[in-house]
Amino acid sequence: MSAPRRPTDPSGLERYYVLTGGRSGPGGSASSLDVATLIVSRTAPVPGMQHEHEEILRRCREPLSVAELGAHLGLPFNILAVLLADLLEADRVEARDPIPAHDAGRGPDLALLEEVLSGLQRL
Amino acid sequence: MDFKGFDHPGSPVGDGTRSVKVMIAGGFGTGKTTMVRSVSDIKPLTTEETLTQASAGVDHLIGVTDKTETTVSLDFGKIGINDELVLYLFGTPGQERFWFLWNGLFKGALGAVVLVDTRRLASSFRAIEEMERQDVPFVIALNVFPDSPQHPLDEIRDALDIPPDIPIVACDARDRSSSRDVLVALIRHLKDRSAVVALEPR
Repeated sequence: MSAPRRPTDPSGLERYYVLTGGRSGPGGSASSLDVATLIVSRTAPVPGMQHEHEEILRRCREPLSVAELGAHLGLPFNILAVLLADLLEADRVEARDPIPAHDAGRGPDLALLEEVLSGLQRL
Repeated sequence: MDFKGFDHPGSPVGDGTRSVKVMIAGGFGTGKTTMVRSVSDIKPLTTEETLTQASAGVDHLIGVTDKTETTVSLDFGKIGINDELVLYLFGTPGQERFWFLWNGLFKGALGAVVLVDTRRLASSFRAIEEMERQDVPFVIALNVFPDSPQHPLDEIRDALDIPPDIPIVACDARDRSSSRDVLVALIRHLKDRSAVVALEPR
């Protein structure tokens, strides 16, 4: 008989099921998460936390996008979103959505475009 | 445990950091990943979406009748614009038929670059259509390969059916400054477009 898998073993759907407690998608505030949404930790990891939650808090001491987190943790977007929903609910992380080109009704943000442009020109 | 962020003087990420995103689209093999790679500040990464429930509410699943899990990859990179702003670049998945499954892939993006290989114009038709359908502002970047034929821009514009107000620029996606210039062209286009939109009453 083979040794039991550790929870971090990349064993596909089974692993995701365990990680998310069988949930297939995030609810609440995490349902608007974008790949470019920045996640920032609000608290330090506490003992007894799920390993992945701890890992997210540790990596997001400085703002990190959902896409980067997914790549670093080897988790697909929707699985990560479930984990982030837990942390958002517990107020352990903050999510900052990407700034859209223009917010509905508020008109295009020329200042933002100007900022991006000058940043690119410095490259 | 010390819960201060890592102390990186001059780190591109500060406390109030926000993000913007730009999509790099185009047909298969037009250089999307190459462009992301050449212009990114970080080693480009790949993020994956396992698609199952994403098809909810989408009716046009002709030919996609089975419910097996599909994984779609997205290459991405980032550019530190300043201390408080990071630009994320996402290369769209090669299999364009999966784009619609990417809920919100283009939502919230400033705009897109559509890469075109002038040897195979038709390979980017679908990407251009998709930008128009999703109302994503874009510029066309002709990725010049060593054996690319020298077509006048007007001919290419006609062939791709691109309106005159949308810029078409030539580039070498392998080159950082050339790829940067494409992004500059996109942001300038967005500014021009904003100016026009601002003048028009709603």
